[in-house]
Amino acid sequence: MRSLSLKKRPDGVAVLLFDTPGRPVNVLSSGLLDEAGPLMREIREDDAVVACVLASAKPDGFIAGADLDEVLAMGAAEAESISRGAHAWLDRVEESRKPFVAAIHGAALGGGLEVALACRYRLATDDPRTVLALPEVMLGLLPAAGGTQRLPRRIGLQRALPMLLTGKRLRAAQAYRCGLVDALTSPGGLLETAAKAALALAKGTLRPPTDRRPIAEAPLALPPLRAWAIGKARAEVLRKTRGLYPAPLEILACVEKGLADGLAAGLEEEAVRFGRLAASEGAKNLVRLFDAMTALKKAPKGSPAPRPVNRLGVLGAGLMGEGIAAVSLPLAPVVLKDVSEEGLARAARSLRKGLDRRLRSAALTRLERDRRWLALKPTTKPEELAGCDLVIEAVFEDLALKRKVLAEAEAVLAPDAVFASNTSALPIGEIARGAKRPERVVGMHYFSPVPKMPLLEVVVAERSAPWAVATARAFGVAQGKTVIVVKDGPGFYTTRILGPFVNEAVVLLDEGAAIPDLDAALLDFGFPVGPVALLDEVGIDVAAHVSRDLGKAFAARGAAPSATFGKLFDAGYRGRKNGKGFYRYGPSTRPGGRKEVDRDVYAHFGGTERKPMRAADLVDRLVLLMVNEAAWCLQEGVVASPRDADAGAVMGLGFPPFRGGPFRWVDAVGAAEVVARMERLRTLCGKRFTPAPLLLEAARTGRPFHG
Amino acid sequence: MAAKNVHGRTVVFAGGCRTPFLRAGAAFADVMAYELGAMALRGLLDRTGLDPAAVDRVVMGTVLADPRTTNLARESALAAGLPASCPAFTVTAACASSNVAVSGAVEAIASGAADVVIAGGAETLSDAPIRFGREVRKRLIRSQKAKGVLDWVKLLQGLSLKDLAPDTPAIAEFSTGQTMGQSAERLAKRLSLTREAQDRWALRSHRKAAAATRAGLYVEQVVPARVPPSFGPIDADDGIRGDTTLAKLGAIPPAFDRAFGTVTAGNSSFLTDGAAACLLASAEAAERLGLAPRARVAATALVAMEPLEELLLGPVAAVAKALDRAGVPAGEVGVWEVHEAFAAPVLAFLKLLADRSYCRERLGRKDAVGRIDPKRVNAWGGSLALGHPFGATGARLLTTCVDRMEREGAEIGVVTTCAAGALGHAMVLAR
Repeated sequence: MRSLSLKKRPDGVAVLLFDTPGRPVNVLSSGLLDEAGPLMREIREDDAVVACVLASAKPDGFIAGADLDEVLAMGAAEAESISRGAHAWLDRVEESRKPFVAAIHGAALGGGLEVALACRYRLATDDPRTVLALPEVMLGLLPAAGGTQRLPRRIGLQRALPMLLTGKRLRAAQAYRCGLVDALTSPGGLLETAAKAALALAKGTLRPPTDRRPIAEAPLALPPLRAWAIGKARAEVLRKTRGLYPAPLEILACVEKGLADGLAAGLEEEAVRFGRLAASEGAKNLVRLFDAMTALKKAPKGSPAPRPVNRLGVLGAGLMGEGIAAVSLPLAPVVLKDVSEEGLARAARSLRKGLDRRLRSAALTRLERDRRWLALKPTTKPEELAGCDLVIEAVFEDLALKRKVLAEAEAVLAPDAVFASNTSALPIGEIARGAKRPERVVGMHYFSPVPKMPLLEVVVAERSAPWAVATARAFGVAQGKTVIVVKDGPGFYTTRILGPFVNEAVVLLDEGAAIPDLDAALLDFGFPVGPVALLDEVGIDVAAHVSRDLGKAFAARGAAPSATFGKLFDAGYRGRKNGKGFYRYGPSTRPGGRKEVDRDVYAHFGGTERKPMRAADLVDRLVLLMVNEAAWCLQEGVVASPRDADAGAVMGLGFPPFRGGPFRWVDAVGAAEVVARMERLRTLCGKRFTPAPLLLEAARTGRPFHG
Repeated sequence: MAAKNVHGRTVVFAGGCRTPFLRAGAAFADVMAYELGAMALRGLLDRTGLDPAAVDRVVMGTVLADPRTTNLARESALAAGLPASCPAFTVTAACASSNVAVSGAVEAIASGAADVVIAGGAETLSDAPIRFGREVRKRLIRSQKAKGVLDWVKLLQGLSLKDLAPDTPAIAEFSTGQTMGQSAERLAKRLSLTREAQDRWALRSHRKAAAATRAGLYVEQVVPARVPPSFGPIDADDGIRGDTTLAKLGAIPPAFDRAFGTVTAGNSSFLTDGAAACLLASAEAAERLGLAPRARVAATALVAMEPLEELLLGPVAAVAKALDRAGVPAGEVGVWEVHEAFAAPVLAFLKLLADRSYCRERLGRKDAVGRIDPKRVNAWGGSLALGHPFGATGARLLTTCVDRMEREGAEIGVVTTCAAGALGHAMVLAR
C-alpha cells in the first residue's frame, strides 16, 4: 500500500498527499523515499503543474518523523544510505522551479519538519495540536534529512541550537514569530489556502522574505565568532551530558561543517554521522524505550473496561497531592482534601501559579485556565469526597493515618469507586486491611515532581479487583504517565530496587569512600543524580526507613542496612528538606547548582580522611545490587516483563536511558560476566551479592532477557 | 391561604449560592466581575449536584459592565464549566439587575421556553469602566484611518487640557441629574425620616448580620473563595460591623447634604464586590433531575415610578402588585427580604405600605397594603451590613428569603428591591 499520492488540480497546483497506511500518524521510511522519486519526476515534467502543496491526510498530524522500527533494524551503512536518499529528494524539493508549499496541521516532528524546511513556504494552522520540533537528539539520533543545515539557515543559530540539541518544541505562534513558519491559518480549508499560496508564489505575487534570521546574528557570519558560539554550545553539552551522549555533539559537528563549508558538505556530514548514531547501541536503546512507552499506553489484552473518572479526590495537599491534582485538572474536577487550611492555601496558590504560567506561555487559553482553576475544590471536609470515582491518597507515610483516611473516604464513596494510595513502600494489602471493600484498593505510586516525572507504578494487592486496577491504569495513562503494573510487596518494584542501591552507597561511605568520588562514578555511568545527592533529595529519614524495612524483609538474602542511617537521623540529618545533609544547602543553592559536600557529615563515617576507590568498583557495587534486585522482582512476578522493569528503572529512578535499563544492560554486558562480578563481590563483601536465580539461569543458557 | 400560582407552569427555586461579599478594594480587588460570577455558578452547581448539561440558559445581571466581557453571563458560564451549548445573556436594571434576571427566568420557565435556568448577578466596584473623554475618544476612533504624520497632527488640533479628564461611570440619575444619595436625602426629608431612625435601622442590620454569621446561618449559601495572594479560604462577608453603636453611627457626618442632611455613609450601603446565583426550574424538571423544590415562585411584579420624587419608592407599588397577583394579604407574609440601598427607603417602604392615603391616592387602592412587623424584615441583616454588589443583590435576597422561610417555618416570603431609574421589583415565594 502506498504512502504517497499525487493529485493534480485544474488550477495547476499538484497536491502530494502523505498517508502512511495502517498508522494514525505519517512516518518517513525508505519505502516512502522510493515512492517519492517517480512522483517528483511527474511534477517536474508535467507543464500543467505550476506549483505543489505537501499535505497530510491524517486528521490531526502532519508528519511525525521517521519510521523508528526501520531505524532500529539498520546498520551504519543502511542508515547513511537512507539519509542520502532523503537529502536527494529534499534537495529536489528545495531547488524545484515549481514552488513547494508545506501545509502543516498537527505535529511536524523530526523528518516531518525537515520536509517542511525544504519547501519554499510553510503554512501552519494556529491550533494547539500544531507543534514543530526536531526530537531526534532525545533518541540518540540526529535530524538526518537536512535539519542540521536548513534550520540554522532559516531561523538563525541561536534559535536553532536549542531545537537541535534539546528537541525543544515550538507551538504554531512561536514558530511563526521566529520565521520557521511563514504564515498562520485556521485548520478549516487548509488545503485551499495552501493552494492559494502556492499559486501566488508561482505567479510571483507572494514573495516571502528569504532571510528570517535575527539581525543580532549577523556577526556570527564571521568564522571566529561562529566558532566561539559553537564552542560555547559544545561546552554546555559536555557539561550537561558528561560526554555520555554522542548525539548532540554529532549534531553540532554537522552544523559547524555546513556553516563553514556549505550545504553539500554539511549534508554529507549528516549522512555519515547519522549512520554512526543509528548503529549505536545507545540510540537503539533509546528508541526501544520510546517504543516501550508507546506500547505501555495500551491496556493489556483481556483487561476489563476502566470506570470513567468524572470526579477525582486527592487526599493530602502536600507536594505530591498538589502535583497529582495539577496533572489531573485537565481531566476532571478535583476535590483536594487536607486537614490543614494552610496546606490547602499553599497548594491552591501553587496550582494557580502553574496555570497562570501556562496561560502566559500560551499553552492554555484563558478559558481553559479559568475552567481548570474552578474545577479545583480545596476542602477540609471529608464529606465533599462523595461522588468521586477515584480517590488518590498522598498523605504522610504512616500506616495508621492511611487506614484512617481510607475509612473516612469509604464512608462517603460509592461501592465501585477506586481508592489508590501513593505510598512508596507501605504494602497496599496492609493499608486495605480493615477496609469495607478491599477490592477497590490499589496503589498508584507517583514520582516527584509529579508533573515532570513520567513513571507511574500501579500496585496490585492480593485482593485488588481487576476493574480497580484497570481504572487506575487508564487514568494514569490519561494523565500522560507511562504506567507499569506491579505486584504488592515490600518496596513494590522501584523502591525495592532503589533500596539496596542507596544503602550500598552508605555502606561504601562506612568503608571510607569520598562522597564526590561516589557520586561522580555513578554520574559518569549515566545516572542523572549521584546516590549520595539522591539520599539528600529523597530524605535521609525516608531512606533510613525504607532501608530498615527492606532489610527486614530480605534479611535472609543478606540485606545489610547500614547502621549509620540511624546515627545520621539521630544527629538531625534529614537531607535537603531541613538543610542538613551530605551536601551543603543554603539560600544560594540552586536546584541544579554545583553542590559542596558538608564535610561535617564525615564525622559519622570515620573522619575526613577518605580512601580513594576505583570508579568501576563503586559502580559495580551499586548497579549490580540494583540489577540483581530487579531480577528477583522479575522472578517473583512483581514486575511483569523485562520491558516493564527496564522502563520503570529508567523513568522512575533515572537508570541511564542510553543503557536501556537493568535487563538491557545485563544483555549488553552478558549475564555470565554479571554473575562473575557478583560472585567476586560476594566473597569480598557478603551474602547480599548472591546472584538471583534468574541471573544464574541466564548465565547458564546464554539466552538474553530481551529476545 | 395558599398563594395563587399566576404563571403558566409552576416554577420552583432549587438552590442559591453566593460568593462572600467583600468591600471594594479589598480581597476581591483584582478579580474581574465575570470571575466572581463564575465562582457563584460553580458553587451552585457543586452544591446542588446538578449536571451542568441540564441547564437550559444562564442569565446574569450586572451594572458597571467591563467592556472586555460585554456578555458577562456567557463568560461566567463558560468559566464555570457549563457546556458551550448553554446560552447565556446579561441584563441590566441597576440595583434590580439580578431580580430582573430571576423574574425573566421565571417567565421563560413558566411559558415553557426553558426548563432549568440559573439566574443571578455579579459586580465589582473595585474596577470601573473609566473611559477617555469624548473629545479624546473621537480622535482615537478617527485615528484608525490616519495614514501619515500630518493626519496624526490634525487629530491633536482642538484638544484642550480639559478634554483629557476621564469619564467616570455615572453615579447620577441620567434623567434628573440627582445622585442616588441625593434622592435618598430628598425622600428622607419629604417623609420626615429622622437621622436616629435611619441609624437605628443601620445598627439593626449590622447586629443581625453579625449574629446570623456567628450562628452559621450563611454557611449554606456562601461559597468559600480562594484568590491571590493568600489563597486561604474567604468564607465570610467583610463589611459587617457587629460591634458598631448608635453613638459611632451618630458621629458620621451627612454625606449628601452637609448642612441639614440625615443620610450618611453609616446608614447607606457601601461599595462591594460579589456575585450570587439561583437555580430555578419547572416543577417537573426539578423532579426529573432529583432537585429539591425548596419554594415556589407564586408571583412577580415590575413597576416604574417617577424619577425625581419617587426614585426609591418602587417597592411599595411592586409589593402591592405582587401580593395582589398571588392573592396573599401582606399580614400573612412570614419572611420579608427588602434591599437596603439606604436605611431611608426601607423606612419609607414600611411607612407607606401602611399609609392609607398614599395607597389610595398614589396606588389607586381601596386601603393600605398592610402594616408589616419589622421583626419579619431582614432578620439576618441586609445590604447596609452585607454590602451591595449592584448586580448580585437580588439573587442574595432570594436565596436568603428561602433559607429563612425554611428555618422560620414560614409559608410566604417576599423579596423586593428599589433601583435607579425609579424601578421597583417584587417576588412572592410560597412553601
